[in-house]
Amino acid sequence: MARRTTTARKTGNTVLAWGVGLLIFFPILWTILTSFKTEGDAIAIPPKFLFFHWTLENYVNVNAQSNYLLHFWNSVVISLGSTLIGLAIAIPAAWAMAFVPGRRTKDVLMWMLSTKMMPGVGVLVPIYLMFKTFGLLDTRVGLVMILTLIDLPIIVWMLYTYFKEIPSEILEAARMDGATLRSEILYVLTPMAIPGIASTLLLNVILAWNEAFWTLLLTASKAAPLTAFIASFSAPEGLFYAKLSAASTMAIAPILILGWFSQKQLVRGLTFGAVK
Amino acid sequence: MATQHSRAAARLMISPSVILLFLWMIVPLGLTLYFSFLNYNLLMPGAHDFIGWKNYYYFVTDPAFTTALINTLVLVLGVLLITTIGGVLLALLLDQPMWGQGIVRILVIAPFFVMPTVSALVWKNMFMNPVNGIFAWIAHAFGFQAFDFLAQAPLFSIILIVAWQWLPFATLILLTALQSLDSEQMEAAEMDGAGPFARFVFITIPHLTRSITVVILIQTIFLLSIFAEIFVTTNGGPGTASTNITFLVYAQSLLQFDVGGGSAGGIIAVIIANIVAIILMRMIGKNLEA
Amino acid sequence: MGKISLRQVTKQFGDVTVIPSLDLEIEDGEFVVFVGPSGCGKSTLLRLIAGLEDVSGGAIEIDGVNATETPPAKRGLAMVFQSYALYPHMSVRKNIAFPLRMAGIDAAEQARRVENAAKVLNLTDYLDRKPGQLSGGQRQRVAIGRAIVREPAAFLFDEPLSNLDAALRVGMRLEITELHHRLKTTMIYVTHDQVEAMTMADKIVVLQAGRIEQVGSPLELYRTPANLFVAGFIGSPRMNFATGAEAARHDAHTIGVRPEHITLSKTEGHWQGTVGVSEHLGSDTFLHVEVAGIGTMTVRADGEVDAHYGDRVFLTPQADKIHRFDAKGIALK
Repeated sequence: MARRTTTARKTGNTVLAWGVGLLIFFPILWTILTSFKTEGDAIAIPPKFLFFHWTLENYVNVNAQSNYLLHFWNSVVISLGSTLIGLAIAIPAAWAMAFVPGRRTKDVLMWMLSTKMMPGVGVLVPIYLMFKTFGLLDTRVGLVMILTLIDLPIIVWMLYTYFKEIPSEILEAARMDGATLRSEILYVLTPMAIPGIASTLLLNVILAWNEAFWTLLLTASKAAPLTAFIASFSAPEGLFYAKLSAASTMAIAPILILGWFSQKQLVRGLTFGAVK
Repeated sequence: MATQHSRAAARLMISPSVILLFLWMIVPLGLTLYFSFLNYNLLMPGAHDFIGWKNYYYFVTDPAFTTALINTLVLVLGVLLITTIGGVLLALLLDQPMWGQGIVRILVIAPFFVMPTVSALVWKNMFMNPVNGIFAWIAHAFGFQAFDFLAQAPLFSIILIVAWQWLPFATLILLTALQSLDSEQMEAAEMDGAGPFARFVFITIPHLTRSITVVILIQTIFLLSIFAEIFVTTNGGPGTASTNITFLVYAQSLLQFDVGGGSAGGIIAVIIANIVAIILMRMIGKNLEA
Repeated sequence: MGKISLRQVTKQFGDVTVIPSLDLEIEDGEFVVFVGPSGCGKSTLLRLIAGLEDVSGGAIEIDGVNATETPPAKRGLAMVFQSYALYPHMSVRKNIAFPLRMAGIDAAEQARRVENAAKVLNLTDYLDRKPGQLSGGQRQRVAIGRAIVREPAAFLFDEPLSNLDAALRVGMRLEITELHHRLKTTMIYVTHDQVEAMTMADKIVVLQAGRIEQVGSPLELYRTPANLFVAGFIGSPRMNFATGAEAARHDAHTIGVRPEHITLSKTEGHWQGTVGVSEHLGSDTFLHVEVAGIGTMTVRADGEVDAHYGDRVFLTPQADKIHRFDAKGIALK
């Protein structure tokens, strides 16, 4: 099985791959480095890579000058809230479709997927007007509602592909062993499904955290999550590289960490189970 | 498979999802369709007359529409070209034996987790800025004039940014596919006398075709509605040089308050997305049976 | 008690009829084996008895009570699945205790019964392991343990040995038979392997296309198969069949002779043929002999027989062991 590879070849691969990897990662690395510079060092030409005056002042300033923690908290509430509500609605549906498939199950699944493919702008106007009428603009409740609906098809699909892998014989065994539907779900299905549910949760929090269409258009200030807050740095008068970097680093760090844990699930979730 | 009892329970459990998604599909979309036939502008209060196909006529004959349609196509195709070719090459590289494979993999995947507004602003300010950007510094270092990316080649710059975000996606999926290639198949081919190049052409590439198709189709769905990257970098400009259909509809409805015209544009965007979606659904539907 | 009666049971999946009307009596304490080729409906029949599928028509009685509408949990039956269907997140102890826990039996009694079952099945040392850490045979025993503790009216086995390797299969076959002798509980066992059927059953039910071909003890089926299908299915190697002139001489459409009922000779006999492949098993030798006008016949000969590829030999069937069938394949008396 294992092939003998010459050390020379392996070294070549390593150098090339690390080079390409660092090049791709460089913008993120650069953002993190810049976040520790003074504004002067941040725009210095030639750029200062490691030898500059390291400082934490940008992190302090971002929090002091804007309500950074509020936006961070908005991101947490919106991404986690929409995902949890989505899971609560999707788990029974995915369970039913995986274990009691009917003649139309496949059609229902495909139809759910099709709703995911509707572009946001197709419903932008009525949603905006409805939000305006019902006072939902710039509220966390409104965004949680929208993101739940957007996430729902992916959540159902991911859960479905995970539940499908639980052999139905095990559930039948539980039924033969005298388990009621309730104990079947509680003691057998749930413990076996938890890894799948956790992965679904993880991926959807990531997707919701980075959602940048509805969050940009339906919020102004008080419910704005980090996507919208960072966008405010695009104004020419907001050109402070070091502060932008500090705000960005804090915005992407939690998701980078979560993301690295969910590489496998990512592939599966984003391809609707077509690639595992 | 199942008994009557469980069937009834199943229907009950599916219904909340189905009802919610059905409402989500039908109510706003129905309203968009309805608005698209009205003379309805938020700046002009009063009667909303039924004006038939006029909104569609104005939207489609606006020169900005043709530009936006072409920009959308260029944006989607440009990003697809970079990410698929780059993705295949990167996946092949990462599949080779090396030291620190796990870490390199993490480095390559990272851009996908960066929120669109962050990546767009980081690229815009810290890399593409003609005065303080790293690209400008590199250009100067080699004795060239600094290039103002977002002013002189706005669409190309946005393609670069978006491609950087999506390259990890393509790489990750293709790498997963590569690693699922049965090594016995490769060994059999080797025993049959196939050299490295023949193995790549006759075994690796056919094995990857399905994944490449999936990558292309799924990316297309997301790329058709690119918004945030344009919103924070060029705002569609200069002029309409980097406006795509999504951005055009946004500008029409929320900047010019033209509800009717924006709705007509929205319906056109839905139609374009549907054409792509139908192809994608066929594809995934087939894989569902496999 | 575990007397099970099926009355005019039918099963359709959509437009496909898997089981056309079927009647069957299973007596208390019997070891009944459903055997047949794959797709014959034997597993479906077992699942109907278990209650995991609804019957499309007819009734199922357990101990005289109509159980057709009773959910599986309430039928008092235990089932061992082909994939063992162990709960992967529970230890062996918890797996075995699960049905007791569902029945609301108190913890001390649960522990006592689990210990007992573990002792019977040699699982005592593995009680705290997870199923993933067990071998195939051990997992099989856990599945059986989970069935035993319920003290069910009947055990249902769905091809329980098909995932084990050959040596283990023989061992488990003995263990299950042994268990039946000890518990004296009704067991219904589904298999496609006629050897398992012959060695384990009190009563074999041969199924084909959802229909019962014959019911009887292993030796009844071996001695007096009711038709060509049963004759060909039961017995290994397979019975030899001949049609045409040879059959007409016995006043039948088809005749059949088992390989063990043919005498081999180098000098004289009823049929003359050429030896093809010979399989030496040590105790026996199976010779595949090409006989003109009939075709290839399998003969069971002595283990040390000296026959080579291409040798001319003579075969003689034992006159009283020739099975006769009519044009429809039904055995003639």
